[in-house]
Amino acid sequence: MYSVHPYIYDIIVIGAGHAGCEAAHAAARMGCRTLLLTIDLDKLAHMSCNPSIGGPAKGHLVREIDALGGLMGRVTDRTFIQIRLLNESKGPAVQAPRAQADKRLYAKVMKETLETTPNLDLRQAMVERIILPQPLRRNGSDTPSNHLEGILPGHYAVVTHTRRVYQSRALVLTTGTFLRGRAITGDAIWGAGRAGEAPAIALGEDLAALGFPLVRLKTGTPPRIDARTIDFSQTSVQHGSPTPLFFGHYYRTLGQTPPEPAFTGAPAHAYPEPFLDSWRPQLPCYLVHTTPEFHEIVRRNLHRAPLFSGIIEGVGPRYCPSIEDKIVRFADKERHGLFLEPEGWSTNEVYVQGCNTSLPEDVQWAMLRSIPALRRVELMRIGYAIEYDALATGEIAADMSSRRAPGLFFAGQINGTTGYEEAAAQGLMAGINAARFIQGKPPVILRRDEAYIGVLIDDLVTKEIREPYRMFTSRAEHRLLLRADNADLRLTPLAGELGLVDRERVEAVERKREEKERLLSLLRGRRLFPSAAINARLSEAGIAPLSSEMSAEDVLRRPEVRYEQLRQALDLPLCDGDIAEQVEIEAKYGGYLQKQQREVERLRRMESRRIPPDFDFAALRGLRNEARQTLQRFRPATVGQAARLAGINPADVAILIVALERRGRDIAVDARPGA
Amino acid sequence: MMYDDTIAAIATPPGEGGIGIVRISGKDALHILERIFVPARPGPWKPYRMRYGHVVDRQGARVDEALAVFMRGPRSFTAEDTAEISVHGGPLVVEQVLQQALAAGARAANPGEFTMRAFLNGRIDLTQAEATLDIITARTTTALALAEAQLEGWLSRELRRIRDLLMDPLAYCTALVDFPEDEVEPQDIETPLTTAVQALDALVATAQQGIIYRQGARATLVGRPNAGKSSLLNALLRIDRAIVTPIPGTTRDTLEETANLGGVPVVLTDTAGITESADPVERLGVERSRRAIALADLLLLVVDGTLQPADDDREMAILTRGKRTILTVNKIDLIGGADAVQECVTSMRCFYEDARGAPFDAMVAVSALTGQGLDALGATIARLLLGESSPADGRLVTNARHRDALARAADHARDALDGFRRGVSPDLLAVDLTAAINAIGEVTGETVGDDLLHAIFSRFCIGK
Repeated sequence: MYSVHPYIYDIIVIGAGHAGCEAAHAAARMGCRTLLLTIDLDKLAHMSCNPSIGGPAKGHLVREIDALGGLMGRVTDRTFIQIRLLNESKGPAVQAPRAQADKRLYAKVMKETLETTPNLDLRQAMVERIILPQPLRRNGSDTPSNHLEGILPGHYAVVTHTRRVYQSRALVLTTGTFLRGRAITGDAIWGAGRAGEAPAIALGEDLAALGFPLVRLKTGTPPRIDARTIDFSQTSVQHGSPTPLFFGHYYRTLGQTPPEPAFTGAPAHAYPEPFLDSWRPQLPCYLVHTTPEFHEIVRRNLHRAPLFSGIIEGVGPRYCPSIEDKIVRFADKERHGLFLEPEGWSTNEVYVQGCNTSLPEDVQWAMLRSIPALRRVELMRIGYAIEYDALATGEIAADMSSRRAPGLFFAGQINGTTGYEEAAAQGLMAGINAARFIQGKPPVILRRDEAYIGVLIDDLVTKEIREPYRMFTSRAEHRLLLRADNADLRLTPLAGELGLVDRERVEAVERKREEKERLLSLLRGRRLFPSAAINARLSEAGIAPLSSEMSAEDVLRRPEVRYEQLRQALDLPLCDGDIAEQVEIEAKYGGYLQKQQREVERLRRMESRRIPPDFDFAALRGLRNEARQTLQRFRPATVGQAARLAGINPADVAILIVALERRGRDIAVDARPGA
Repeated sequence: MMYDDTIAAIATPPGEGGIGIVRISGKDALHILERIFVPARPGPWKPYRMRYGHVVDRQGARVDEALAVFMRGPRSFTAEDTAEISVHGGPLVVEQVLQQALAAGARAANPGEFTMRAFLNGRIDLTQAEATLDIITARTTTALALAEAQLEGWLSRELRRIRDLLMDPLAYCTALVDFPEDEVEPQDIETPLTTAVQALDALVATAQQGIIYRQGARATLVGRPNAGKSSLLNALLRIDRAIVTPIPGTTRDTLEETANLGGVPVVLTDTAGITESADPVERLGVERSRRAIALADLLLLVVDGTLQPADDDREMAILTRGKRTILTVNKIDLIGGADAVQECVTSMRCFYEDARGAPFDAMVAVSALTGQGLDALGATIARLLLGESSPADGRLVTNARHRDALARAADHARDALDGFRRGVSPDLLAVDLTAAINAIGEVTGETVGDDLLHAIFSRFCIGK
């Protein structure tokens, strides 16, 4: 028998992975009474793959989540055992922090954070059924109603494995890889959500029965090995950043001390000294390479690889190939690099990055032992491939809600993405928009020129997802504007309006913006003549002399000149390092930035032209059949989205615009008094 | 298609003589007009007031004389700020004016785009909307059909080759940026990039010829009446069996005929004698002749090989100053052997070049009567109009919008190459490379998309 919980929530979030945690936190922060349901309360925001956060594009997402008041950045800052700035020698737009987090502590700190969030209830339960307020909107027939006694009209309800029923006005589904998850190693196949955890079979079947079209995706992980069985003397060491670096960049803006690490004392004994401890204790990572023997073992056992034997049906990501795949596809490559990454400060478990595999356990063991540093290695967990259900493309709209059921939101791997950062970004937006739905306010949709989060979600609603989707800087066409260093300038004011960050933080960001603008105009206005006096002062600060008249900004444009040098030479105002960085970037990359800014403005009119939700694409005159079908399937919300759909050409867009204009005028005519 | 930018196109039908109009519409219309048009009398622009002046190129050199008018939106056809520049030009001149507008920041308009903007800005009513839709559909379909015909052939193959040349460096730069921890093997990006820039430049260079092939060019015959201009014109028409109709609107004083010379449609204009009369009525004809000379893409200075040049003839040579000119020595059937002809041509050249103050672009000895040298003359006209590198296989970019896009692609690719040589970081090179590939995509329809990732993953062994 069912028992209905008496409390009515605004929002229920199912699943407490990276998406679910951000969704629940944002919704609660925006004042909604929120319930977060998870299979295991000790594994909140669990990192089932590499305990690594950030890197190009992904690090940008984390900074954006942080700028919008999300959790991922600050939880990482408390738990990382190593952090580095990647792409340091390249342009500012692609520089991004990457951290190695302590897996166990990450879940612990996340739990502490959520436990102290007002309006948020945490509960451990497996959801088996979802009850919709009304049947799904479908082409043709409606699904049968699955109403349950005691549920308020217009409310969602979820039924747990203990037959408890919770109800709410909005529902956020973040089920990760749990939906009918199936893990595979060699010829061993077992049902799993993540390694060692049970899958959500009933919920997957329930979603399919409700009428959601699902696709099968695949991903995989490498083996974890025991640090005590690694010969570290045969590896190359990769240290963390020698200078302070964090994901949260508001600490500095607000003049706060960055968070202390959540771990103390010495790391696990197995790791060799010395450890870098100049500004924070960090553990190194270690690099080894595969050997000819390794490749030979893999080749000899290919017939036992599920990827090649046909056991695996799902589509795996091209950018995350298994080691067997790499050896087959790049046969002439003599060796592949493998990074050995500690999974935590006080654990011996080490992740073998670059060695995804679903080869049988004995093969995994033997191939790793062919590497000199790993002659005596022992596996702690084996690598495996995992297949799971995700929603088919075209099911979600740009506000992360279902196109078929108002108030139902999806975020994370269920939408076909891979990666913690991608999941967290979606979770944050789903949480925000679920709260906006409850508040009766219009959804928040970030544009492609505003945030990587905007690019991510726009891609999810306009592109056919054929493999798990991962963010890359190359997916962001305006990436020079979307830098990790300016995420706060881009997004924190919006977070302030939404109630996700407090007033003080927004004001600090605005001060930073004003200070930057003030300095830039000061530099532009300062004319410098190639006089002996000026050149002497410049040389003193290490700046090559001038040969013609120019502004101070022009001098800063030179690649090697830093603001600090210029400040000394010209008695310019002292400023914070963050602001100096912004000023340098705008001076040095001004030409490129303006190019992209112009492009954004060129596209904006089209981007902002909205298509009404009830617009009848089928009735468009003069459209090619293929274009009509694509538009009907994706139901773009703006002309910009329509133009980005594969198979839509400029003539189709022109026809759409004309039809929109005509419709607008028809409505205007009808609305005239007496018409 | 529907961007909030400024567009330009030739508003008059192609191929006809007389007035050609370049229309510029959008928020930068006035700005672009001010950059490419210098009014004879300086001062600010008053809307709807026609002004006389000159179209100039980026260096300020005169392209041609023109009339221009500026219309302030919404009181214009598109309801946007609009400028119109009228040149009494052959197709080449009009084309050059358009190129200046594009170089000054306008984008080549798509088919039906002016009409489209007029509709979107409320200048056309509901009933006309349907017609607009049909125009766009029809014109785009036609344009597509035309483009496809070409794009299935050599142009598509060539653009695909260039795209691949650019894609390699882009995949490399992007792999470096997106996978900093992977081992991305160093790639030579200078060689493919240099090849791509050269190939794009070569394509753009063919556009001038392509436009001449499509729209034709104008050659004007000048010389004293007894030099045999009319008979030469008729003789040139005779070597082209497919004689075209006389162009309407031709004045009594200049006779125009179109001949197909070496595959190029050439409008041949016979000027009335210029220095013959002081009669006021006749002088009108003289003015028209001067205009015919101004309009010409090429002049034929026709001289009688049997007569010693006189002072009057110097005037003729002076008229050809600043124009590409072929010295055409006629009536060589009346001169003895080859040596004598050679001697005659040499002395004529000395005299007329002295008067002209510059060397001729070519010299041809002909006889309109016997047809001697006519083929050589036809070939010389075609060669001068098309340039030395005229490809025999007719591989030309003939569409102004394609030319505009490919010229931008070449510029972006050049920026990337320069940047690479200056040591600019790969993420910034990727910006220019992407822009170059997207500009090619305006012709082929392929922009940078998921195939970039495919290019990366198929070239580099990447992934954690």
